Amino acid sequence: MTSVDLKQKPGSTPAGNTKMEPGKPVDVTLKIKRYNPDVETKPHWETYVVQCEPTDRVLDALHKVKWEQDGTLTFRRSCAHGVCGSDAMVINGQNGLACIQLIQDVGAHITVEAIRGLPVIKDLVVDMEPFFAQYRSILPYLISNQEPGYKERHQTQEQRDRFDDTTKCILCAACTTSCPIYWANDTYVGPAAIVQAHRFIFDSRDEAREQRLDILGAKSGVFKCRTAFNCSEACPRDIKVTKAIGEVKRAIIAERG
Amino acid sequence: MNGMIWDVKVHYHRYDAVIVGAGGAGLRAAIETVGKCRTAVITKLYPTRSHTGAAQGGMCAALANVEEDSAEWHTFDTVKGGDYLVDQDAAEIMCREAIDAVVELEHYGLPFNRTPEGRIDQRRFGGHTRNHGEGPVRRSCFAADRTGHMILQTLYQQCVARDVNFFNEFYVLDVRFADDSSTAAGRRVESVVAYELATGDLHVFATKAVLFASGGFGKVFKVSSNAHTLTGDGPSLLYRRGIPLEDMEFYQFHPTGIYKLGILLSEAARGEGGILRNNSNERFMERYAPTVKDLAPRDMVARAMLTEVREGRGIGPNKDYVHLDLTHLPPEQIDAKLPDITDFVRTYLGIEPKSAPIPIQPTAHYAMGGIPTNINGEVVIDAEGTVVPGLYAAGECACVSVHGANRLGTNSLLDIVVFGKRGGRAMGDWVRTVDWAGDGQGAQADVEARITRAATSNGSQKVHEIRTELQDEMMDKASVFRTEDSLASVQGTIGELRTRYADIKIDDKGKTFNYDVVEALELENLIDLAETTVLGARARTESRGAHFRDDFPTRNDEEWMKHTLVTRAENGDVTLSYKPVTDGPYKPMERKY
Repeated sequence: MTSVDLKQKPGSTPAGNTKMEPGKPVDVTLKIKRYNPDVETKPHWETYVVQCEPTDRVLDALHKVKWEQDGTLTFRRSCAHGVCGSDAMVINGQNGLACIQLIQDVGAHITVEAIRGLPVIKDLVVDMEPFFAQYRSILPYLISNQEPGYKERHQTQEQRDRFDDTTKCILCAACTTSCPIYWANDTYVGPAAIVQAHRFIFDSRDEAREQRLDILGAKSGVFKCRTAFNCSEACPRDIKVTKAIGEVKRAIIAERG
Repeated sequence: MNGMIWDVKVHYHRYDAVIVGAGGAGLRAAIETVGKCRTAVITKLYPTRSHTGAAQGGMCAALANVEEDSAEWHTFDTVKGGDYLVDQDAAEIMCREAIDAVVELEHYGLPFNRTPEGRIDQRRFGGHTRNHGEGPVRRSCFAADRTGHMILQTLYQQCVARDVNFFNEFYVLDVRFADDSSTAAGRRVESVVAYELATGDLHVFATKAVLFASGGFGKVFKVSSNAHTLTGDGPSLLYRRGIPLEDMEFYQFHPTGIYKLGILLSEAARGEGGILRNNSNERFMERYAPTVKDLAPRDMVARAMLTEVREGRGIGPNKDYVHLDLTHLPPEQIDAKLPDITDFVRTYLGIEPKSAPIPIQPTAHYAMGGIPTNINGEVVIDAEGTVVPGLYAAGECACVSVHGANRLGTNSLLDIVVFGKRGGRAMGDWVRTVDWAGDGQGAQADVEARITRAATSNGSQKVHEIRTELQDEMMDKASVFRTEDSLASVQGTIGELRTRYADIKIDDKGKTFNYDVVEALELENLIDLAETTVLGARARTESRGAHFRDDFPTRNDEEWMKHTLVTRAENGDVTLSYKPVTDGPYKPMERKY
């Protein structure tokens, strides 16, 4: 098993380096990797200091920078509580959502950069299209030739539980862009697409299992995975991504065997 | 344009129909137009990031899978829950079609929780009762506490399967109409203008019809369950084009928002047995709603909570919140039925909800009002039901009105699926019968001027300061409790903020992903919609549903059993008018639970 320690990437700082008292505002230093294609050809780092409550989110700190100091700082966000998947970024070397990480947990010195492996368009905004193209490649919809009739299909709670974990995916790309195989090879379908495929492969109502296993058994599919586990650590929804990938691998082997 | 900064490129497209917004209503409408016409779905986000995904508790339908139920009981609850301001024909359709809508979602692959027999499981929810109020009924179909996420994902999956055309991260800023004297409205839809976030380019979509499904405007208030991006973009742009907005004074505060943050904790927490408690640990809802207690409708629970706070029975150093208590529930029930919301509590409050109660306060949640439509999603502009040909709306941005003065929990997910489908179907059928109203040439001129003005603003005012002041004032003076004085005061403030808005400063002068400009445009929408809310609320000298006036604390059916329409003329003059409520079998009674 290979393991890649993202915490030691250049530009990162160890987390939790300032003791914080509950309720007491703290000065937070944000070191942000900036890139504006309108005015520069390569990225640069900029540092900002903002005052935060220890229980503020990293997203709140970014908003303070944007709203109070520098309106040009650009990042995506929407729901601000971890369900829409807009604000995946690299925070102190690790992929996560800025809206579910609190200052008291990541520390008062924070480095922030765009997720890796997708083209950066501006500051923390990356081009999501290659990611969604991989998603579409695994046929991300229920396929059934049965005429279901006027009533719901039956499914036992056990059958439903079989794929519960992978239904939680919000397509934030934190897992795929934490994967060293994906960084090196963007034809690899990536963890998120496999998670989405898993959700259908193990759904008792779906009838395209073989088709999906063929797609994921191909050269750009699951066997590219070297179980670095970065994806499971990165997932803000706590999906056991590596386990799901393993189950898909075993299903393909069983089918071929 | 001469500007070195803003050399705006314009692209032209031609689609039979355009859908604005890709949450549940927009996606369901899109599915319905497939095979009927060429449709473009335009969203300022990615579809899967729409706020439908944040909905938690469920979608009600009288499947009667676990106990006796009927669509008629559901209709009664919806009408009573809406404090009789509901159009009863629309509510009847929604509750009847709910059953097929849930079954259809299951066929699409939605992973509902199941009963031991393998059928769709159902649970209790506020205001949903057996046999006209006898007691709570299990009507909500759910997928743990992430039902909205599953609806959004499932509908998006079905759109991918049907190869729907999406324009992601395009921000729609205008609809243009062509004069047409052959129509009662005197005009019809001609084109839609959108701003492409990635490039700063403008796109004109010549189209026969547009369906707005752009969501709510909860960012008008300080404490809100709504996403940052929920700024009422659809209703406000139509309002500026002379389309009236309906019942804007009715804004729902959800009782159980996480203290200060406003993050939603689903009513399902109470549906599963959670209890609200004050500072003496009393289950205070027993005093306010003796029959259904904690499962009373949201308007009543939110008022009860704030009444406890006002009377000194709140909790905390400022005695300004109450507790949601789940500690008596079996831990395995919490894990199975409420996993996400209990995670939110751990993440943001550092509290383990299995062993400690949760500090909560009402949070701005849902607009009952919006773009007036009939039961087919067609936008209607007056009391006579005059339709603007080609203009449709569905979901939270619309007002059918199935929610009246107060929406019942789960009825929003139902609304988006039922009326998204009906609107999409009506639009898909209609565009096949008509020719183009125009080609959209030059349609972007107003938007171009507006964007350029925003991007080159170099005044003294910060957008976020104006927005924060608006949100604070609306929260203090126009939220759960209102008076003539508080509303007059906030109306004055809105006027001042509008003046300050004319003098904003924008830092980002670039074209690529200029969210600095986007936030300024969104703020303009919030200011307009806040004003419509306050105007409607000031005029309505009664209390009904979510609109509560301390100075007029009772419902007044004689004078106020009517919908409000607020209209802005081209010269900026704003007028209020009214239209009758469509009645039906249910006569107004006192609302007791």
